Amino acid sequence: MSEVSVTKDAAPVAGDLVALTGVNKHFGALHVLQDIDLTIARGEVVVVIGPSGSGKSTLCRAINRLETIDSGTITIDGKPLPQEGKELARLRSDVGMVFQSFNLFAHKTVLENVTLGQTKVRKIERKAAETKARALLDRVGVGTQADKYPAQLSGGQQQRVAIARALAMDPKVMLFDEPTSALDPEMINEVLEVMQQLALEGMTMIVVTHEMGFARSAANRVVFMADGRIVEQATPDQFFSNPRSDRAKDFLSKILHH
Amino acid sequence: MNVLTDNFAAFRDGFLKTVELTALSTLLALVLGILIAAFRVSPVPALRVFGTVWVTLLRNTPLVLLFLIVTLGLPALGLKGWDSFWLAVMALGCYTSAFICEAVRSGINTVSVGQAEAARSIGMTFSQTLGHIVLPQAARTAIPPVGSLIIALTKNSAIASGFDVMELGALQKELNADAGYNILVIFLWIAICYLIITLTLSGLFRLLENRMAVAR
Ligand SMILES: Nc1ncnc2c1ncn2[C@@H]1O[C@H](COP(=O)(O)OP(=O)(O)OP(=O)(O)O)[C@@H](O)[C@H]1O
Ligand SMILES: [Mg+2]
Repeated sequence: MSEVSVTKDAAPVAGDLVALTGVNKHFGALHVLQDIDLTIARGEVVVVIGPSGSGKSTLCRAINRLETIDSGTITIDGKPLPQEGKELARLRSDVGMVFQSFNLFAHKTVLENVTLGQTKVRKIERKAAETKARALLDRVGVGTQADKYPAQLSGGQQQRVAIARALAMDPKVMLFDEPTSALDPEMINEVLEVMQQLALEGMTMIVVTHEMGFARSAANRVVFMADGRIVEQATPDQFFSNPRSDRAKDFLSKILHH
Repeated sequence: MNVLTDNFAAFRDGFLKTVELTALSTLLALVLGILIAAFRVSPVPALRVFGTVWVTLLRNTPLVLLFLIVTLGLPALGLKGWDSFWLAVMALGCYTSAFICEAVRSGINTVSVGQAEAARSIGMTFSQTLGHIVLPQAARTAIPPVGSLIIALTKNSAIASGFDVMELGALQKELNADAGYNILVIFLWIAICYLIITLTLSGLFRLLENRMAVAR
């Protein structure tokens, strides 16, 4: 068992890639993120789990500032998230994001989806970007679909392209917000396998998912959220076999008997 | 006897002037309209306010009044030396830009926010996101209404005849002065000239629409 800190972490340590300290966020009267302290070490895979509306997506989106926060700090590799602008764009390119609804650029081919960020953001030459894109598409198993448009692909294929698109930026950390929730059951595994491989290769990952198989086999740590708070953190084994909080017990009993 | 053959040079000049006026005003309206639409969806509050004020003022001002403001107001402000043609381009272009802006903006609203979020998440800036991802997808819905607006602009350009621009609309005054022609025939020929322009525009936009429909 790898050592996992289950107590609230203090100030960010040098080895931490992502650090949230005292993060609060409101949507009007709703307090979606309440005093969130969370650090993710380089190479760590963290699964975030919790009931609907607990703030998991908001947490993910706050980490690459698709959602602003009211108070607290978020740092990526030691750098606090800047205000909207060029600086933020640069930092975002280091944080890969995979959405529940894929969000592939609908008017671009699969290949263009994976080259666009490289050429426009990283300013890489088109030839080199295409070579890299094709290699990534092969790696996620959709190399033969390169010239199709997203709408011509299955959901599982689209999500794998979305992962390739994020990987093309050589991100330091990857965020996954329920990447398999919009998929038909038979396509879930092909996406999880790609993610599993990524985890094995040492990618730092924050994954919102209810796929316990993935959590057990790939995660170093499970973070359980409820009502905007982190209620419990533990290794997957500890968490699934012996949750400490009542909220977690209740939640697990619901999804396990499902 | 025949108005058209007797005054072919005048018709040709008027026709060309209307085409020129329409083309330049369209260019200005498109550039301004897209720019203001970008303002209206930008993260900078000051730009959004500017965009809203621009659209509200120009969309709700009668075009004739705008012509008056431009032709009388600008020289009064010390901006002399602009000839009536360029003042007309300015009035028509600015006026139409407010409508183009709204057509573009409603096109932008049909593009799912996820598209822009995905673009931002790979590190694209606001202008890259807009230029590479949102506007190209917004174009498909915006093109038909923009086509109608440019046809309306063509017809609105006739107002310039009241402000010393010798375009098609001005022809009627000129020819009417030389008595002997049937006024209805004059109007008919002028109308046909406008139809040539507007039908060409319709065709062009139809083509553009089909092109966009093929490329998904
Ligand atoms: N843009 C928004 N405006 C207002 N309220 C929002 C917004 N986004 C999310 N919320 C609310 O914030 C709460 C947390 O939402 P969030 O999407 O983070 O939950 P979640 O844990 O991801 O849930 P799910 O499992 O359903 O995806 C919910 O009650 C949601 O309705
Ligand atoms: Mg969610």
